[in-house]
Amino acid sequence: MIVLQQLINGLQLGSIYSLIALGYSMVYGIIMLLNFAHGDIIMVGGYIALLIIGAGIHPAVAIIAAIVGCMVLACVIEKAAYAPLRKAPRISLLITAIGVSFFLENVAQLLLSANPRSFPNTAIIPTANFNLGSLNISLTTLVTLAVAIVSMALLTVLVNRTKMGKAMRAVSEDMGAAQLMGINVNRTITFTFAIGAVLAGIGAILYCCKYPQVKPTTGYLLGMKAFVAAVLGGIGSIPGAMLGGLAIGMAEVIVNALGYTTWADAVVYVILILVLLIKPTGFLGRTMSEKV
Amino acid sequence: MSERLHALGPKGFIPERDLDKTPVLETHHLGIDFGGLTAVNEFEITIGRTEITGLIGPNGAGKTTVFNLLTNVYKPTRGNILLDGVSTAGKSTAQLCRMGIARTFQNIRLFKDMSVIDNILVGLHHEMDYSLPEAVLRLPRFWRGEKIARKRAMELLGIFRMEDTAETPAGSLPYGAQRRLEILRALATNPSILLLDEPAAGMNPSETAELMENIRRIRDTFQIAVLLIEHDMSLVMGICEGIAVLNFGQIIAKGTPEEIRNNPAVIEAYLGKQKEV
Repeated sequence: MIVLQQLINGLQLGSIYSLIALGYSMVYGIIMLLNFAHGDIIMVGGYIALLIIGAGIHPAVAIIAAIVGCMVLACVIEKAAYAPLRKAPRISLLITAIGVSFFLENVAQLLLSANPRSFPNTAIIPTANFNLGSLNISLTTLVTLAVAIVSMALLTVLVNRTKMGKAMRAVSEDMGAAQLMGINVNRTITFTFAIGAVLAGIGAILYCCKYPQVKPTTGYLLGMKAFVAAVLGGIGSIPGAMLGGLAIGMAEVIVNALGYTTWADAVVYVILILVLLIKPTGFLGRTMSEKV
Repeated sequence: MSERLHALGPKGFIPERDLDKTPVLETHHLGIDFGGLTAVNEFEITIGRTEITGLIGPNGAGKTTVFNLLTNVYKPTRGNILLDGVSTAGKSTAQLCRMGIARTFQNIRLFKDMSVIDNILVGLHHEMDYSLPEAVLRLPRFWRGEKIARKRAMELLGIFRMEDTAETPAGSLPYGAQRRLEILRALATNPSILLLDEPAAGMNPSETAELMENIRRIRDTFQIAVLLIEHDMSLVMGICEGIAVLNFGQIIAKGTPEEIRNNPAVIEAYLGKQKEV
């Protein structure tokens, strides 16, 4: 029973990682950028929700504002920081992403101080527990799983069944050819960032409901883990990111359950190193050949 | 060189049936330099609305560069391009596609991980006019748009009898079928001129003969112009109404297949100059 209990915990954490890893993976798939600012967008989403609920406004408004805020922020970052570097070497883009990440963390620290603030999680998902035999499942867990599953299902439909999704896949496979087919590449890239950020915004709310506090560096470790999840699943692959997120969540929960709590974060990095050593393409990644 | 050019008329060749209409494509003094190297210079061509034109020349003559200029993948250093009488300067590649120019590639560039029909649907992107909220909420316009596009895609696949392969990943098609799919994907964008970059490369003579027939059929069905780069002389001489020969980035001859076949400058470009005695 304890195994099943941990399995559910792992699923909850893992599905949050999956949501965030998707943004990493999609952006990498389309412009080969490891968007290290992605994690910090989550922190911003957390703060937006926290501040709006703190001001006494309905939590539903806060959730929508957080998701929309993440989306707008990601689009602004893309236009201001990444779009001018479209033809620059990939390394410039990567360094810019790290710069944007530091920028967001430090602006948050400047405006909101470095002290962690507690997140009003009960305003969003009320405390409730369901007991199934000795199994104890919180409402937060159920909501997290349901929201994550619905989001990922919608994303899958969007990517596979709509013209925007086809444009995204076309641009990620061959930007030049997509352009010659009349696809507006810039718009498609912005769209990809927006979708990734919406998922990150949803992830932000769910994460803050599980670990109810926000600080300027909240996004750092979370982003790193999501990044490892994306690499593990095969960066650029959407089902891979989902799978990788779940695997990382499970691994973390298992390590915690075995009593090695202090090792939980280290294990994630060990996984990264092992993946890069043994199977750099991850579970579902395709071997990328350099385009000429 | 230029005397020869003018001897054939500065406007090149327009078949008689197209004389009354604006040519689908016109270039004037088109040229591009890469650093100090002039890759294409004074490229002038006029293509009638339903004309099949061949662009030939030795390797490295600049043929693919011309295609890249025509599709604004490279920005011309000099000169201008008129598509249906409208200048293409300052337009993006994607905009040009919507203005009616479509192309295939020398080295096939399909979206290999996507299914055959999805490749075509990418080409039909602008036929579908639903918005994102309509797609997420699955509103009627989304279904209608997708349904019409899929029907159109199947019709296009029907041209080459490829309906059965619709759900196959494009990358797993045999080579010849990939070439055909690339032509269909280009046709999906509803072009008024189709640029084919070595469509017969790697094909055996019977496949080439079939391709010739198909290019002609596509022109007749869709009433579009075709500009093709090709090394296979049987194909070029067999279907082109006009031919332009490029060497070292310059047009050295223009004319009908008959004129090109007997043109000394062309023979020289291909076989080398005869020793002066």
